[in-house]
Amino acid sequence: MLMKYLSEYRNPALVEKLLKEIFAVTTRSWTLMEICGGQTHSLIKNGIPALLPEKINLVHGPGCPVCVTNISIIDEAVYLSRLTDMIFCSYGDMLRVPGSKESLLEAKASGADIRILYSPLEAVQLAKENPDKQVVFFAVGFETTAPANALSVVQAANLNLANFSILASHVLVPPAMEAILGDPDNKIDGFLAAGHVCTIMGLGEYFPIAEKYKCPIVVTGFEPVDLLQGILMTVIQLENGTFFVENQYARSVHPEGNVLAKHTLSKVFDIKDRVWRGIGNIPLSGFELKDAFSSFNARVKFDIPLINLPENTECISGEIMKGLKKPMDCPNFGTKCKPEFPIGAPMVSSEGACAAYYHYAWNPQLV
Amino acid sequence: MNLQCPMPTFDFDVITVGHGSGGLLTHNLLKSGVFNLLSNPWLDQQHDGAIFEINGKVAFSADSYVISPLFFPGGNIGDLAINGTVNDLAMCGAKAKYLSLSFIIEEGLPINLFWDVLYSIKLAAEKAGVFIVTGDTKVVEKGKGDLLFINTSGIGEVHPNAEIHHQRIFADDVILISGNIAAHGIAIMSVREGLTFESSIISDTQPLNDCVIALLDHFGSDVKFLRDATRGGVASVLNEVVEMTSLGIILNQSDIPLEEEVSSACEMLGFDPLYVANEGVFITIVSKNKANDILQFLKVFPAAENAAIVGAMQLDFPKKVILKSSIGGSRLVNYLPGEQLPRIC
Repeated sequence: MLMKYLSEYRNPALVEKLLKEIFAVTTRSWTLMEICGGQTHSLIKNGIPALLPEKINLVHGPGCPVCVTNISIIDEAVYLSRLTDMIFCSYGDMLRVPGSKESLLEAKASGADIRILYSPLEAVQLAKENPDKQVVFFAVGFETTAPANALSVVQAANLNLANFSILASHVLVPPAMEAILGDPDNKIDGFLAAGHVCTIMGLGEYFPIAEKYKCPIVVTGFEPVDLLQGILMTVIQLENGTFFVENQYARSVHPEGNVLAKHTLSKVFDIKDRVWRGIGNIPLSGFELKDAFSSFNARVKFDIPLINLPENTECISGEIMKGLKKPMDCPNFGTKCKPEFPIGAPMVSSEGACAAYYHYAWNPQLV
Repeated sequence: MNLQCPMPTFDFDVITVGHGSGGLLTHNLLKSGVFNLLSNPWLDQQHDGAIFEINGKVAFSADSYVISPLFFPGGNIGDLAINGTVNDLAMCGAKAKYLSLSFIIEEGLPINLFWDVLYSIKLAAEKAGVFIVTGDTKVVEKGKGDLLFINTSGIGEVHPNAEIHHQRIFADDVILISGNIAAHGIAIMSVREGLTFESSIISDTQPLNDCVIALLDHFGSDVKFLRDATRGGVASVLNEVVEMTSLGIILNQSDIPLEEEVSSACEMLGFDPLYVANEGVFITIVSKNKANDILQFLKVFPAAENAAIVGAMQLDFPKKVILKSSIGGSRLVNYLPGEQLPRIC
């Protein structure tokens, strides 16, 4: 079933047809932003920007949850991982991100018990099996991964586990969109909204944004045909001067989203202000555990010292994520800053824009 | 694991430090276990080393095996230890003949697991047509190892037609892959702790010497380069090639042999199959005018029945490996900076 989807949505004949339609409909220059690391990588990996008309400029938003996790939170994670009798669990992607002194991977190499997991429910299982250890799960992500993290807290509560907690670093897409569109330097004409985020949350949050900023928003999938269809739908709107919310990814996204997941989120999380690495504070843009679940909040449970070392000022990730610059505009791109020794997160995360260009863009000037 | 040869009766269940001390315990373990099972005229001498004659030019290779878990779908560490060195010698254009076999065992390794590995080694050596003529066994204290490490080194006779050197690679030379990629790495992932998913994917570990030696027999100097795509996968080998030759490579994504189930597993895990390890696949770079003949020749061998022409060397974009995707776009295929870490969302 999976492969059928993949072969259909990677069909070269369909791609060619969509490209022809995009060329036919584009008369003016437009800047489109996608706000999902998976889409960023799929675009660059498939060489799509170079196939589009020159008038269409694709820029990449803060769609990489790893990249926008503030450096102080990485430092919190490293601190926790080094505590005695601690099993620190994380998605693999977070391990390479540099903190102010070291990354989780470096902490692991020097003895911290850090486990790479695919699901927070595995961390709950670990806590159950290791009652003499503390287990912390690094709960990073957009709305896509938040329900599973919420569910892990509910499960831990049901099991009366005293040794499980999460270090939450959840960020929300709509506030980020507003922050970008509300920036006086904003150049974005249209948005491709994140397909999997909207699978959870539905379309409702995007209508007021489209209306307020007169900006078409098309919820888009990840395969080449999805992306080209989303781009076509956005450009058609821009050429016609409309600013609706449309759903290209209808095979996964329902207008109301996943009601059960949303219910679990509202049960477990409050929405709070959040500092986005490279961008700064965005009001009401992150999830934190409600007081009722504070015994599962690693920040409450452990006395984590305030670590406030400044970010490396050479990293221009903020400007890249706001669509004002592209990775190769950075003087350190591919020279001082490479995945092996990254200055910032976007070069090392598998969803980061700089990593996408470094790994896939065979001729960055054409992208 | 299917035990086809009954394990001899040992009066212990686990291997202890005493079994590596060189005394009676060592002697009993080796005599009833290793020497008995792997018996051949050289090993039977139980000498400090093996003495033999060999013809012509000689290739020599060594490798260590530290895989965890020890057993995985399609094989175990023993299979890798034999096939790995046999294949390294094949990539030098040599028919492997004599291997050394060294164990570092962590105290507490159950004897039945050790026996299963030994038996696989016996079968793999027979299939590859090699003799294990010397070796060593050490036991380290609990916690100082990871159950079992193996080192093998091997000597082989270089084929008289072999002229394998990256300096012989020119623009327009054609690149072939001998079989479906990424199966081994995914088979390992499917049994790694913390990640279990149901699949029928098995490791592709197998000896490649028969088809490689036959290839050199028939096509000799038209075969310019051979390398098996182990750790780091196909992408790493090709990046090494462009670095050594200063040429570029164009790859065609739609030509790369990849099984549907392996492709699906890679998609789910967020892995790029080009970087996933193989243990029974090699890359060869050959003269353009013989490429199709070489392809048809290889496909007759079970080890290479899914062989394919996947790309070519080129002068444009030196030192870059460029993949033309099936939708018409192009992308770089770089070295991977570290291990592939599965994605978040």
